[in-house]
Order: sequence, then structure tokens, then C-alpha cells
Amino acid sequence: MTVLWVVLAVVVVIILSVVGVFNSLVGLRNQVKNSWSQIEVQLKRRHDLIPNLIESVKGYVQHERGTLENLTKARSQAISAQTVGEKAKAEGVLSGALGRLMVSVENYPDLKANQNFLALQEELSSTENRIAFARQNYNDQVLAFNNKIQMFPSNLIANSFAFTKEEFFELEDKTEKEVPKVSFS
Amino acid sequence: MWELIQENKRKSIFLFIGMGLCLLLLGYLLGAAFFPPNGAISGVSIALIIWSVLSLVSFFSGDQILLATSGAKEISSDVHPQLFNIVEEMKIAANLPVMPKIYIMDEAAPNAFATGRSPERCAIAVTTGLLPRLNRDELQGVIAHEMSHVLNRDVLFMTFAGILLGCIVLISNMFFRGMWYSSGSSRRYRSGRSSDGGKGQALIFIFAIVFAILAPIAARLLYFAISRRREYLADASGARLTRYPEGLASALEKISSSDVELTSANQVTAPMYIVNPFKEKRMSFSSVLSTHPPIEERIKILKSMSGGASYVQYQKAYAAVTGKSSQLIPPSGLEDQKEIPVRKAVPEAPKPQSVKDQARAIGDLTRTIYDYTFLTCVCGLKIKVPPDFKKPKIVCPRCWHQMDNPFLKVAAPTSQTSS
Repeated sequence: MTVLWVVLAVVVVIILSVVGVFNSLVGLRNQVKNSWSQIEVQLKRRHDLIPNLIESVKGYVQHERGTLENLTKARSQAISAQTVGEKAKAEGVLSGALGRLMVSVENYPDLKANQNFLALQEELSSTENRIAFARQNYNDQVLAFNNKIQMFPSNLIANSFAFTKEEFFELEDKTEKEVPKVSFS
Repeated sequence: MWELIQENKRKSIFLFIGMGLCLLLLGYLLGAAFFPPNGAISGVSIALIIWSVLSLVSFFSGDQILLATSGAKEISSDVHPQLFNIVEEMKIAANLPVMPKIYIMDEAAPNAFATGRSPERCAIAVTTGLLPRLNRDELQGVIAHEMSHVLNRDVLFMTFAGILLGCIVLISNMFFRGMWYSSGSSRRYRSGRSSDGGKGQALIFIFAIVFAILAPIAARLLYFAISRRREYLADASGARLTRYPEGLASALEKISSSDVELTSANQVTAPMYIVNPFKEKRMSFSSVLSTHPPIEERIKILKSMSGGASYVQYQKAYAAVTGKSSQLIPPSGLEDQKEIPVRKAVPEAPKPQSVKDQARAIGDLTRTIYDYTFLTCVCGLKIKVPPDFKKPKIVCPRCWHQMDNPFLKVAAPTSQTSS
């Protein structure tokens, strides 16, 4: 009779732990999805800041029409991108255009002293940081989730309920990682 | 790292129960020593009341009390946009659900602390002395360190430990004061009634004295030992969040090189700050009594992490610098197998370097948090108007130009902003 109770207790404990692991897997996967949308929130914030930036810069930088036009074009492309691949590419182009504008601003000392512009520059640089941290956080969540899926014993439960590995957000431009080749020929 | 969180939660519960028993014992002994034979019961009841009241108050409003006693004022994002942005960036990196509240303390000493039982409601406070001294990366390192304290539930645990320490100190003080005042009258009264329990009485009395002396000392030692490990872990977590250990390292250097004392810190709240607010001279025995690990060590460990910013790399640097092989980082942190590279420093616009400009910036910030408003005179002087200035005319101190006090008009919709 007592053997029956013991077996029952063991079964209950096993079921409870399976439920616990399953719930934590679901929780981690939702964290991954949440951090992905956080990246999109910060990207949208950057899109919204750019028109303001262009307005405040327009009066000062007479010779940079081309740079400003490129920036506007890149922004509208980034907003209209649909798939993840397109978005990643368009955001990379936008970062490049913004960087070029910031470099050209170095030649205009009155613009650099303008309070409005400085505040905008802080907001923009903060937005770039936020995008970077959002990607970093996304990768951290993916790491936690993948670890839980692959490590024993939660991998047993993960496999039985078909949890799949998530992808890391790698650098779009693989060439940034390459070591420059120096030749002395 | 979930082990840290679980450990802190578990220890908090143990501490809560253990503290209760300890206090009840103390109350029993003191009551029995003073007012036999029924004194034990009242001693226990008094201890119980003190424990419950202090626990409830500290658990539910501990962070408000701490913020109030340090003179911290909450600020909105337009008071200091850069600080707000830095905290929001760290909130994203740390995956916090809610933006923490930001407070500024009017203190010349550079320091910072964090409060909050859980990430859902936490607050970060920095001093006005900290803000102009640090650049963006350094400030971000400090904020990341403070946020890690909240994430690892250090604040929850330290609150309970602090209550325990406070209770024990309080009761011991009461005991010694009581002994001082009652030495004359009550002994005569007592000796008449307890003719048979003389020996047992003395024994309990001795126990009570010994306990009352040792308990505060033991509690302090325990408190400080716990808070030291937490500081290392918060450094490791902060470096990992920012991916830039150099930032926190140079911030600690700048903070420790300042000689100014923090006016509002005491022994219980000292562990909450990022750097020990008590500037002790270099004493060799200070390591056991100190609330923080030696700051040169913390800086060295962080600076030697050039290979990467993960927990594994912090553990290695810790072992290399201190020579101790104790496992600082719990196993879940060591699962950080993917190499985490250190990022580059963030370039930023140069700050006004002159001492006068820095002092002016601090002064303006302080006045903003105390609800001063700013008014520009025709001669160009920025007039700082106190919040309760109700005279109808404001006179410029430089050119004696008189103008109507715009803040008296109840219907005035616009507010003066500093230019």
C-alpha cells in the first residue's frame, strides 16, 4: 500500500518539474520575442528623430545638400523595408548616411555650438547606443534560451515539446570582422 | 544570474526568521535579567513589537526612507537628459520591465546608490558631485553597477540585513541605557522579591550583557562580509552589461581620488553606495571592518579584463589579481561560454572644462532639483528665483533693473526655462 503512495508522490514530483521547466522555456522564448520588438522600437525612434535633425541642420550646412538628400532617402527606405533581411540592410545604409552627416558637421563650428543641435546630437547618439544595447540584450536572451534548450536535463523537455534554437543577431557587415591584409610586395 | 537571486531571496527569508528568533531571545534575556520573574514575557513582547514594526516599515517603505534621509530628489528627463538617456540605455541592456526612477542628491562628494526590492520598482540616485566629473562611459559604468545590485536582489537582502543590524543595535543600546538608569532603584526592589533565584538571576544577567555586547559586533562583521562579495559581483555584472569594464574602472578611480566626505551616510546605509563613503585612512585591519572591498583591487580586476567582458573573464581576472581561487561567480554565470568582446569607447562632445563652468553647471542642476526657476534679465544675467519668492517685483542684482515677478500670476501658462 505504501509503495503505491511513494510511486504516486514520485510521479507528482516529476510532473511538477516538467511543468516548471516547460514554463520557464516558454518564459525565455517570450523574452527573446520581447527583446526583438525592443530593437524595432529603438529603430523607429531613430526614424522619428531624423526629420528634426535635418531641419536643424539645413540652415547651416549649405554645401551638404547631397548628404542630406541621401539621409532622407535612406530613412524612407528603412521605413518601407518589409522582411528582416531587407530591414537589416536598410538600417545599415541609414547608419552609414547618418555617420557621414555627423562627420561633415565637424566643419561647421556655429552648428556645433548651437544648443538645439547639441541636444539633438545627444538624443541621436543615445538612440544609436540604445539600438546597440537592444541588440546586445536580444543576444543575451537568445543565449539564455539556447543554453536552456541544449543543456541537460531541460533539453529532454525542450525536444519533446519542439522548442527550437533561436538565431543570434550577427553583424550585417561581415567584412567588419575581417583582419585587414597587409602586403609588402 | 538566477543562483544569486535565489540565494538572496532564500537568505532574506532565513534572516527574517533568524532575526526574529534572535531578537526574541535578546528580549527574553533582558526581560528576565531586569524584571524577574514575569519580565521575560514583556521582554519578548517588546522585542516582537519592535521587530514587526521595523520589518514592516523597512520592507514596504525602506527605499523611500533611504532616499529621504540622503536628501535625494526625483528628477524628470528634461533636468538632465544625458543621465536619463544613460539610465534608459542600461534599462534596455539589463532587460528591466520598467524605467527606474532617477534621483539626484545635493552632495559635493561623488557617489551613487540604488534602492528597490525588485526590478519592477527601483530607483537610482547620484550626487551632484558625481555628474560633472565623469564622462559618458564612466557614468554608464556606475549606473550599470547600481542596476546590477537591484537585479541580483542585493538591495532586498541588504535591507533585511540592515534591519537586523539596526534592531540589534537599538535593543543593545536600550539595554545599556536601562542599566545605567536603573542601577539604583530597581535593584533594591528586585533583591527583595527574588531571594531564591539569586544564582540563576546572575547567570541570565551575564548572558544578557555578553549577548548585548557581542551581537552588534557579530552583526556588523557579517553585514560587511556579505556586502563585500556583492560588490565584486555587481562590478562583474556591470562590466558585462556595458561591455566596457574600462568605463567603470576609471569611474571608480575618479570617485576614490576625491577627498570630499558624504554628509548623509551612516554605517547601515554605507554598503549601498558604490564607493565607501567613509574615507578611512589606509589601515591594514580595515579589510574585515570595511563595507567594500579595497578599491584598488576592484579597479585592477576591471582593468585587466581587456580580453572580454563576460563573467568567466571576470572570474579569471579576480583570481589573477587577488590570488584567491574562491568561486565568486555562480555556475549559471559561468555558462557564458560565447566570448563577449569589449566594445570601443563612445566618443562624446567635450564638456566645459573650466572649473567655473563646472561649478556653474552643478549649481544650476542643484537649484533645478530644489524647484528654483530661472529668469534672464535684460543685461544678460541669469537670475535664480527661489520657489517661494512671492514679492511682486524681482530686482536684478547686477543692473538693478526691476521686472514683474512672472511666477506670481496664477494664470501664467508658460514657465521660464533656462537658456
